[in-house]
Amino acid sequence: MSEVIATNQTILVVGGGISGMTAALEAAECGKQVLLVEKNPTVGGRVSQLYKYFPKLCHPKCGLEINLRRMKANRNLRLMTLTEVTAVEGEAGNYSVTLKTSPRYVNDNCTACGACADAVEAEFDDEHNYGLMKRKGAWLPFNQAYPFRYVLDPRIIGTPDADKAKAACKYDAIDLDMQEEETTITVGAIVWATGWRPYDAGKIQPYGYDRFDNVITSVELERMMDPHGPTGGKILRPSDGKEAKDVAFIQCAGSRDKNHLKHCSRICCMASLKQATYLPEQYGEDYKGTIYYIDIRAIDRLDDFYQNIQKDPNIKFVKSKVASITEDKETGNPVLHGVDTEGYHRYSNPHDLVVLAIGMEPSVPADGFPMEVVINEEGFVELDEKNGAFFAAGCSSDALDVNRAVQSGTASALRAIQVVNRVAGAEG
Amino acid sequence: MADMKIGAYICKGCGLGERLDCDELATIAKRDGKAQVVQQHDFLCSEDGVSMIRNDIDNEGVNRVVIAACSRRAKTDAFNFDGEVCVARANLREGVIWIRPDEDEFQETTQEMAADYVRMGCAEVKYQTPPHPAEERGCHEAILVVGGGVSGMTAALEAAKAGYPVHIVEKEAQLGGAVGQMWKDIPMHSPYTDPVEPVTRRLIEEVEANERITVHLSSRLTKTSGAPGRFSADISAESGSTTTENFGAIVMASGATPYDASKLPELGYGKSPDVVDRVEMEKLAIEADGGPIKRPSDGKEVKKVTFIQCAGQRSEKEGHLPYCSGDCCLTSIKQAMYFKDRNPDIETEVLFTDLRTPGAPGEDFYRSGQDKEVTFRKGVVSEVVAGSNGPVVKFKDLILDEDVEEEADLVVLATGMVPNSGVDIELAAGPNVEGEEEEAQTDSEGNAIEIPVESVLNLTYRQGKDLPHLKYGFNDSHFICFPYETRRTGIYASGPVRRPMDTPQAIEDATGAALKAIQALENAKLGRAAHPRSGDLSYPSFRKEGCTQCKRCTVECPFGAIDEDEERYPKFNEARCRRCGTCMGACPVRVISFENYSVDTVGQQIKNCDIPDEFDEKPRFLVLACENDAYPALDMAAMQGNSYSQWARVIPVRCLGSVNTIWITDALNSGYDGVVLMGCKKGDDYQCHFVKGSEMAHYRMSKIDDTLEQLNLEKERVETYEVAITDIERAPKLINDMAETIDKIGMSPFKF
Repeated sequence: MSEVIATNQTILVVGGGISGMTAALEAAECGKQVLLVEKNPTVGGRVSQLYKYFPKLCHPKCGLEINLRRMKANRNLRLMTLTEVTAVEGEAGNYSVTLKTSPRYVNDNCTACGACADAVEAEFDDEHNYGLMKRKGAWLPFNQAYPFRYVLDPRIIGTPDADKAKAACKYDAIDLDMQEEETTITVGAIVWATGWRPYDAGKIQPYGYDRFDNVITSVELERMMDPHGPTGGKILRPSDGKEAKDVAFIQCAGSRDKNHLKHCSRICCMASLKQATYLPEQYGEDYKGTIYYIDIRAIDRLDDFYQNIQKDPNIKFVKSKVASITEDKETGNPVLHGVDTEGYHRYSNPHDLVVLAIGMEPSVPADGFPMEVVINEEGFVELDEKNGAFFAAGCSSDALDVNRAVQSGTASALRAIQVVNRVAGAEG
Repeated sequence: MADMKIGAYICKGCGLGERLDCDELATIAKRDGKAQVVQQHDFLCSEDGVSMIRNDIDNEGVNRVVIAACSRRAKTDAFNFDGEVCVARANLREGVIWIRPDEDEFQETTQEMAADYVRMGCAEVKYQTPPHPAEERGCHEAILVVGGGVSGMTAALEAAKAGYPVHIVEKEAQLGGAVGQMWKDIPMHSPYTDPVEPVTRRLIEEVEANERITVHLSSRLTKTSGAPGRFSADISAESGSTTTENFGAIVMASGATPYDASKLPELGYGKSPDVVDRVEMEKLAIEADGGPIKRPSDGKEVKKVTFIQCAGQRSEKEGHLPYCSGDCCLTSIKQAMYFKDRNPDIETEVLFTDLRTPGAPGEDFYRSGQDKEVTFRKGVVSEVVAGSNGPVVKFKDLILDEDVEEEADLVVLATGMVPNSGVDIELAAGPNVEGEEEEAQTDSEGNAIEIPVESVLNLTYRQGKDLPHLKYGFNDSHFICFPYETRRTGIYASGPVRRPMDTPQAIEDATGAALKAIQALENAKLGRAAHPRSGDLSYPSFRKEGCTQCKRCTVECPFGAIDEDEERYPKFNEARCRRCGTCMGACPVRVISFENYSVDTVGQQIKNCDIPDEFDEKPRFLVLACENDAYPALDMAAMQGNSYSQWARVIPVRCLGSVNTIWITDALNSGYDGVVLMGCKKGDDYQCHFVKGSEMAHYRMSKIDDTLEQLNLEKERVETYEVAITDIERAPKLINDMAETIDKIGMSPFKF
């Protein structure tokens, strides 16, 4: 571990997704010292797992490339991966923060040549692909990963695979003796941007995500669209690998529901509308999409995207909270049951594939926050003076889309700067 | 400036040593590249390798470094040498050995590729000088905030809290803006159940008490000139007096105007005094101040109120707003609570098609409305007419699937917001890509375009008085990941002027905009570029003697950075410049250059690639690839084990907009068999981060056919593509397509 220098004029940003990266870069580009910590081996976060953004249908990797270039160019910003915050003590302008860094077993020497991955045999579920495919026990999380260095899965340490990886590396980059490290640093302000995780779809029992192969989540569909993803960029039914041309989208899967997430996850309506465009992209004119919804929340400027999809004769909208899903054993088709509330018509509709527009759950640390903060019922951190210089950014503060998450990250950066400027006595 | 000394460093790691004859590459660096120092290393990015280079810089006077190793996107930390050193990266790993099959039959051509990249790296670095910040740097620290509503006051207070002086210019006689006209606002803290005091009261107090903030009421900007760090603004008061102040950056928070409900006679507005818009509803609540709300016609207490959502919105009808105003659902729920909180027996009904209350606060507030027994009905209103006791709402209830007529005491139209974004400068200037002097103020049919709107900023920029509009008249920004990526550096739109939004969002947005303003002025002090080339110290300079005053650079600059001086020469405003090089690509006489990126740094790479003679049957073609999308796509293609033609020579460019057609004609003249250009998506959903760069390149290349004709060359020899960063399979294929084309049409006749 290289030396970690931080002072009470340093801003600590926790989480290297789009919100945290933005907060860190914006502050660093104002000339502030920033330490960015990320618990995964790479920055990028959830957006790096998306195929396209709504409403422009552009690629998240493009923005990520710019952010990585900004990061590489900025000397005020330091990054620690595989690192989590375990404790915070102190007050605004002077926090003592304990960091726990897990071993990567790969040092700076790594040239990302890939020889270790070739040598290792063990395979594990690939987190980047939500476990839809396997990756090696020595792996590069994805092709834009940063730091651009391989990682060894702790599960191969102590096995012959670890030695094979080490033997394959010509650059002395593999260090099997790396240990977990604890570091205590002083910082002036904390931007908390630990993002979100998809709601556990298995908990929505009537939809049978855990029972029916052809019921998947919206985040999994994003991975299918990646040419290097689990299905090589095709929308294929998990049950039989056939092209899914009749796709149902179920909105509010886990959201706006007292039994699951109370809140509206904001992004899911636009995400399903966006995913509806993946169908013509794959199949030309030979497709059917059905969106089961309560309200289509294509808010503000985004409404025209909805208006355009409504003009597509192959896409149908059904105002209905789907009651349950069963499976047609013969075809493997999921059958959706419910009532179309516009006119109260009962339906039992079979589809090739069902995509649950899965809700967004804030990634609250398992043991709770490392310091006392004001959170609301839904688990999002409020902007509150009681939080001192602890500022939530992005989806730690509310269910937000990328645009708003970046605004939030930028705003949080300024709130943190106000604190460290006060510490520096820069105000006057 | 010390003499130029080139050091070329050839890495033998990652298989380079096995696949390539590195001794030969070293000879080439010395002989062809004129490198005075040439070293090979088994593992160049190691501590030992890097300190070898550093030692040559410190002790041997090396000030031009060629790293012949991996892609410029890899190992950036290791090969980052500060100071008076220029670095070029010859991409031998991702650009050569990873994209070529490791087979004996290809060894020769793979080696030739590597040799060319070494020559090109040496040539590039020879024509670079280390960038120095511009001499003319502004250092004004004050921030100008245009608009004194929630967004403007928030931006001002947040910037002041970070230590910066602020001036607020507000056209009205008081601060507060649209929210200042409200009785109550939606809640901003948990629990999200009840309407709260508008935040404006607290903000006004704080602004007035803050000694860093100066407020100019009843005032407008009558002239704004300069650049980040050195803006100068004339602030003119209604009284006639004008003061001039200097600023480092600007936040434009000019807000929105309520939609004019008189355009909605079908909804009864103007026909019945008891049909009001959302602003008038607030007035009724203020008059009642917690007491019974009375209807305008006869002062009778309202017992039944109907809210009509999306009034004049989300509609393609002429005069309606095509977009959703984002906050009306929450506003109607709040206004329904004005009635319910006082008297639960009052009937409140909200007629909607989609109820839009996103996030945790939004959904909580909606649920609170339901708990308070506000009725929500999904329905489409066809008409509001006068009835005997009040307005009658005719609508189709979509759930019951029936037509309904209902009388109410009061009907509230949830009308939208129209951004105060000033003059639509693109409409004002008309389409003008060619750089001819514009025939201003006429549209394509030659009709005079009416510009009824008053300018907000009154910029003296050659490209127009205000920020460019996006769709529907909202200002910046077009980008998903970069909502503050403005097209006028140092000027940040914030609040409903750039996107319809509610109060909590406006506060968040304004805080972010304040940060960007601070960042812009801090960058300007140091002469550094703003996003996306953050920190870049280079800036365009031009050779006046050669300039023909054609004005293409001033017209094509996507950021309005170039004005004209008194003699009609281009006047570069470095702090406004984003360093894309579009001006350099535009200049027909090639007098514009950056210290480290110029017609020469690329032109010499093209020239120094070895072109085999016609009998060798080894074609060569050039690939100019956008460094942000196409080039990374090719890198990642290499990582995935794809391959592309051994005849291609790839040069990354800052933006396709920076491609000067001379590069193409020089390449073809000197025996290249083809040229492929790879830029980002253009058009309405453009992905080019320099806005117009890719579009400009496509436009320029559409004219290259004439040149090809003059040279007697087939037009298939030049292809321009839109390439996304995810085109990992497609980008190599496009390169291979060119190889096939050349195979088909034959080699260029211009070989020596």
